[in-house]
Amino acid sequence: MSQFFQSIGRRVLDSLAGIGYALAMLMSAIIGKPQPRKSWPLFVKQMYVVGVLSMLIVIVSGLFIGMVLGLQGYTILVDYGAEQSLGPMVALSLLRELGPVVTGLLFAGRAGSALTAEIGLMKATEQLSSLEMMAVDPLRRVIAPRFWAGLISMPLLALMFSAVGIYGGYLVGSGWLGVDEGAFWSVMQSAVDWQDDLLNGIIKSIVFAFVVTWIALYKGYRSVPTSAGISAATTSTVVTASLAILGLDFILTAIMFGG
Amino acid sequence: MTNLVELKDLTFAHGDHRVYDGLSLNVPKGKMVAVMGPSGIGKTTLLRLIGGQLKPDSGSIKVAGEEVPQLKRDALYQLRKRMSMLFQSGALFTDMSVYENVAFPLREHTDLPEELIRSVVLMKLEAVGLRGARHLMPSELSGGMARRAALARAIALDPDLILYDEPFAGQDPISMAVIVKLIKSLNESLGLTSIVVSHDVKEVLSIADYAYVIADKKVVGQGTPDELRSNDTAIIQQFLNGAPDGPVAFHYSDDDFTTDLLRGEG
Ligand SMILES: Nc1ncnc2c1ncn2[C@@H]1O[C@H](COP(=O)(O)OP(=O)(O)O)[C@@H](O)[C@H]1O
Ligand SMILES: [Mg+2]
Repeated sequence: MSQFFQSIGRRVLDSLAGIGYALAMLMSAIIGKPQPRKSWPLFVKQMYVVGVLSMLIVIVSGLFIGMVLGLQGYTILVDYGAEQSLGPMVALSLLRELGPVVTGLLFAGRAGSALTAEIGLMKATEQLSSLEMMAVDPLRRVIAPRFWAGLISMPLLALMFSAVGIYGGYLVGSGWLGVDEGAFWSVMQSAVDWQDDLLNGIIKSIVFAFVVTWIALYKGYRSVPTSAGISAATTSTVVTASLAILGLDFILTAIMFGG
Repeated sequence: MTNLVELKDLTFAHGDHRVYDGLSLNVPKGKMVAVMGPSGIGKTTLLRLIGGQLKPDSGSIKVAGEEVPQLKRDALYQLRKRMSMLFQSGALFTDMSVYENVAFPLREHTDLPEELIRSVVLMKLEAVGLRGARHLMPSELSGGMARRAALARAIALDPDLILYDEPFAGQDPISMAVIVKLIKSLNESLGLTSIVVSHDVKEVLSIADYAYVIADKKVVGQGTPDELRSNDTAIIQQFLNGAPDGPVAFHYSDDDFTTDLLRGEG
């Protein structure tokens, strides 16, 4: 029995230590004298790799999820003669929940895993050590631009996801199932509180962006520099980041819309 | 003669695994010093200790008169600008061409205009015979070329000290000979101080001014290459001649084999 508690205790301590290391890594990466001339090109490159290259999967997923929402929403609402409310239903689901959450999950799978694997491989091939020996801080040079790129690009991706999704709902709802086009948009506009719903959704996506990018970078940076180690780290990034998104989503939703 | 690097009574352990216990060695300025020992003895670890990437448990590591383990970050980075390490894998940045790799330290640490950077890079690449390969990506290089490209990058800032980690390992005989010659001529023409860590005894003794043999967590023999060759201590001879049996154990240290067998657990 005491062994059981010991092992729980050790796990708790280990994960606390992990959070401590991760925090220290992030702090040393982003705090310091800004050097825009050097950091800007690195940041732009990462915006492309992390953000632009994730656009396709996000837009395609957004379109399909919006279309499914339109279809499902319509079949439910039409029974109550409330198909006029399809617009707000689609928009609110996307802006409040599905946009940030699904984009976060996709981002963890597409960009997060790639970040972990890339940094793990840089570690295994001694590129990080060689930066250090060249008197270049790998945290500032490698971690920081990727962190900012993830933090900024994911909320933008989430907005794109929601926008495309709403369009998908509109295509199915009014283009196919015959909900009145004017009603679709006008009821949506009056029902969606642009400030509360949109802003809360954006806040969620910023939180998820922070967490996913941070986890991905940390897992890569602390990975065991072997092929088995990198593959374990990559898996762990996707699992940990996804669970973190879902858990945080519940907490944020309770705070934002629960009271 | 002044020493550029001085290690005294160094103790270091990776976790529970003791790597060094009372290691001392000196590297005189302008000389090429070899550190030889079998794989896994801690040669890479030694270079990382000298470069300040690892901290010793006790003992002193002096580079250019400065106590490396006690340096603050900024001072350590200043010191590192004066030394280079040639990693065993080359450690070229895989997302940059050979040219960009060699230009990297110049761009990071100098304000040279682009034309000057170009001249320096081409000069360094010419020195290692890769001027024609400057547009290639690291993945397009053979092992020997990658190591020479890494060498060009290591000398880009004209360091005072170069640390070579197994520069000959895994090379075919021709590229091995090329690298041996290259390291020797660089050392002579640039007046560098070099530490070459290696288990390729013949090659490294052919270019070193002085050599140390490490085994059993410390220095077990030292001298000029000739002195070492005529040293008749069993352990030195075993190592120089590559004999499988002798004082150097090839086993990772553990309890007695019989005790281990009888214990019956992992
Ligand atoms: N990061 C590490 N963690 C734990 N043990 C390590 C680590 N790096 C090396 N070692 C161990 O330290 C010893 C020396 O390693 P290393 O310096 O790489 O040897 P060499 O370069 O002489 O082959 C080896 O036994 C190795 O298993
Ligand atoms: Mg080694």
